[in-house]
Amino acid sequence: MAKVIIWSSLKSHTGGESNLEIEAVNVKDLLARLGETYPGLQPQLKRGVSVSVDGIIFRDGWLTPLKSDSEVVLLPRMQGG
Amino acid sequence: MSSVHVSTTINGDPTDYVCDADETLLDVLRNRLGLTGAKEGCSTGDCGACSVTIDGRLTCSCLVLGAEVDGAKIGTIEGMANGEKLHPLQKKFIEHAALQCGICTPGFLIAAKSLLDHNPKPTETEVRFALAGNLCRCTGYDKIVRAVMDTAAELRRA
Amino acid sequence: MPLDNAESSTRKYKVVGTRPNRPDGVDKVTGRARFGADAVAPGQLVGLILRSPHAHAKIKSIDASKALKLAGVKAVVTKDDLPDKTDGDAGLYDVLVNVMAREKALYQGHAVAAVAATSAAIAKAALKLINVDYEILPHVTDVDEAMKPNAPLLYPKMITDGVDPKPKKPSNIVRRYEFGHGDVEAGFRQADIVIERSFKTEATHQGYIEPHACLANVGPDGQGELWVCTQGHFMVRDTCARLLGMDFSKLRVTASEIGGGFGGKTTVFIEPVALALSRKANRPVKVVMSREEVFKATGPTSSSSIDVKIGATKDGRIVAGDATLRYQGGAFAGSPVEFGAMTAFAQYDLDNVRAIGFDVVCNRPKQAAYRAPGAPMANFAVESVIEELAHKVGMEPIDFRIKNAAREGTHSSYGPIYGPIGLLPTLQKAREHPHFKAPLGKNQGRGMACGFWFNFGGQSCVSMNIGVDGTVSVTVGSPDIGGSRASMGLMTAEELGIPYEKVRTVIADTGTLGYNDVTDGSRTTFATGMACILAARDAIKKLCARAAQIWGIPEDAVTWENGHAKPAGANAGNHPPMSLKEIAAQAPSTGGPIAGHHEYSADGAGVSFATHICDSEVDPETGFTKILRYTVLQDAGKAVHPSYVEGQFQGGAVQGIGWALNEEYIYGKDGRLQNAGFLDYRIPVCSDLPMIDTVILEIPNPGHPYGVRGVGETSIVPPLAAVANSVSAAVGVRMTETPISPPKLLAALEKQSAMKKAAE
Repeated sequence: MAKVIIWSSLKSHTGGESNLEIEAVNVKDLLARLGETYPGLQPQLKRGVSVSVDGIIFRDGWLTPLKSDSEVVLLPRMQGG
Repeated sequence: MSSVHVSTTINGDPTDYVCDADETLLDVLRNRLGLTGAKEGCSTGDCGACSVTIDGRLTCSCLVLGAEVDGAKIGTIEGMANGEKLHPLQKKFIEHAALQCGICTPGFLIAAKSLLDHNPKPTETEVRFALAGNLCRCTGYDKIVRAVMDTAAELRRA
Repeated sequence: MPLDNAESSTRKYKVVGTRPNRPDGVDKVTGRARFGADAVAPGQLVGLILRSPHAHAKIKSIDASKALKLAGVKAVVTKDDLPDKTDGDAGLYDVLVNVMAREKALYQGHAVAAVAATSAAIAKAALKLINVDYEILPHVTDVDEAMKPNAPLLYPKMITDGVDPKPKKPSNIVRRYEFGHGDVEAGFRQADIVIERSFKTEATHQGYIEPHACLANVGPDGQGELWVCTQGHFMVRDTCARLLGMDFSKLRVTASEIGGGFGGKTTVFIEPVALALSRKANRPVKVVMSREEVFKATGPTSSSSIDVKIGATKDGRIVAGDATLRYQGGAFAGSPVEFGAMTAFAQYDLDNVRAIGFDVVCNRPKQAAYRAPGAPMANFAVESVIEELAHKVGMEPIDFRIKNAAREGTHSSYGPIYGPIGLLPTLQKAREHPHFKAPLGKNQGRGMACGFWFNFGGQSCVSMNIGVDGTVSVTVGSPDIGGSRASMGLMTAEELGIPYEKVRTVIADTGTLGYNDVTDGSRTTFATGMACILAARDAIKKLCARAAQIWGIPEDAVTWENGHAKPAGANAGNHPPMSLKEIAAQAPSTGGPIAGHHEYSADGAGVSFATHICDSEVDPETGFTKILRYTVLQDAGKAVHPSYVEGQFQGGAVQGIGWALNEEYIYGKDGRLQNAGFLDYRIPVCSDLPMIDTVILEIPNPGHPYGVRGVGETSIVPPLAAVANSVSAAVGVRMTETPISPPKLLAALEKQSAMKKAAE
């Protein structure tokens, strides 16, 4: 079960919870399940997100495998200048 | 729109062209003569990227008409090196990393050369004020000033 | 991905970390380098764009018939020539509308039509002949005004997202964000001292000296070429191809040299229009923006309105930080308010932190990234309050920051736990720096700030080809905006063990390599650099295999050392080492050309922290602020070419100084930009500044073989607060709005003086 932390303004789509637990083998899997379990998150997922997996930020590495105790933080899609 | 026939000397070479009466010298250099080293950054004389010398005087070529320089001697960045021998300013700019994107560099080199031709021993403040008519957005000017001061010192030693 | 973190801190580098001349130096000092507007094509037409003079207006009709009749006019395009092919991609649709208005002109300068003609004079005359029937609508340009209940609406159906319960009425507020952890209310209850302040920053422009320019050439067979100054030619290709309904492979985009970008050239403005004109005219079309167009119709930053509240105990521990940020992103969704909210408190180790952000639309051009998008404004607000709080607590600002600094293991304000980070080292180094000992006189003051940017990785492809003469051609797809070619060459030379002079780095067109993400996000030395290192290792494998074949020994019996293939041990045979040059010379007869490749999406970018110290002097008679001394201390992980790392520190700091002191977008009551030129949009000039001192720290990033961290963006984050704090120290007024221009500072000083007199 990966631990997933979402940012506070998304809590309204998850019944007020920002600390979630999702069963997933990789980031792609995790995002898909997140969207299935909490359909209210789908628009944000579609707009784009980045994730931090155990402290490392991934912008596109969706096949990054997740360990059974991985901590994933959902972040807005990174943009730079 | 009337056309004007102009005879000048550019970087020591006799150069004739025909231009519209309202065409700037910058447009002539870039579009008619293929001398694209001078750049258009603003077309209002505020950025210095189009700097050239006209009879030895530092000028924004976007503020001068192509028709106005008949009989004048124009100096552009393309004439700064002597064949394959770079001018010391050009060498020092590279050594000091005084350029990042490089778009302002031709203008700065023309302005810096103009300064050193008139004042071979400038202080840092004098360098900064002499170059205040050239905008750079990448470097913060620090390495540009160092390159110019270092060149001045080297030229004095020579 | 194998990580060499142990290696990077102890490894002795041969060329990485030295300061050789950059490979494109001669081209740039002789005027030979070709930028966006320097290309010509036979038969090319001049393209010009007609832009709305109104801040907000319905476009009832466009009649271009007279323009088309003008001799020399070869094409006119409007939205009808750019039908919607965005297929539900809301972000791409916004780009399409920004590139060419559809039903409404949403800001002064919004493109409504374009012409291509045989000369600039004819094109100008043609624009005048295009008749646009506008119905002027009420407009709004200020972020706080745009949020008010009766503000003119840009999108009548826009209901704010991220607010629970959902609002019933539409507004100009696109979305609400919230980040943070802990309980700020409980935290404030523990505080002995609380400071609450509101701030405003005005929009600024990246201010690149080169206006946008491109040369488009599309044939009736649907194949096209585009020459363009951009930070990302692959992004340009894919975006333009989608908007024009072309296959990606049919559009080949070449990146010219670029005269500055800073994030402002990470999107498209004129390129789809140039392609559409070229397609219609079946001739090359060159479009070059004027400076006025650049200010009015490219992507300035957001303007912002920010409230900050920070509480601390009397022994200097911050117990709660709370911020509300309101950013307008122009006439389209997508201001970087979420990055402002995420980075506002990123420098601190906080148990209780909250940052709320509102993304707002108004009648201004669509914002684009500007180095660390969203962060400078937030940092200005938070670091100003931090400085004030430090003084109130009775601590030196630097010690207050050291006490509360984020470190490895800190739960960051935006979510993840920090790995190894360089904030404390920059603070500790700053503390010992001679800058702090410099004497200060009357009306002179010292301020500081620390800041942060995430950096990221992304997609890069490198093709490394070894010539038969042993010299190496490195082909990358990342436009060089700051000297990165030199760094790519250094990393390649380091890995291969050959001299730097034997490597040439070339930026190739989109037909030559796989996709490369835009040069932004401080990603090039990290991601493309790492790709060069891995491509070199790939080449080395092949070189060793070739040597093994030549020697007749197994592949795994060969190693690479100092630019040579060597037998791995004594029992591999007595073969003298073969240099890269020797192996390459035999390539044609031993299996063909030798090359290394790497294509990937890099992750593991390291964050970069910085501390800035600023001394300034205020002239109380004019309100003019002079920067006396400025020092940047920033963590680079590993400085591949230190001169260009210093260059990033200095350039970003000066942009921040300009933002703090002089730069602003000034709008009239009519919603029109009043200062669309370099005279009245005042960026720093040489005589405004002292030398910008730099200190490079190197706390290796475990995600890169050499420990590299991106550095390009962080340097614009701390200056706004560093300057404001120095002004406050100099003359005792707390300026809460940027720019701190002479009229504003003078007014504040006069008010302070009047209050003092009243008190006496």
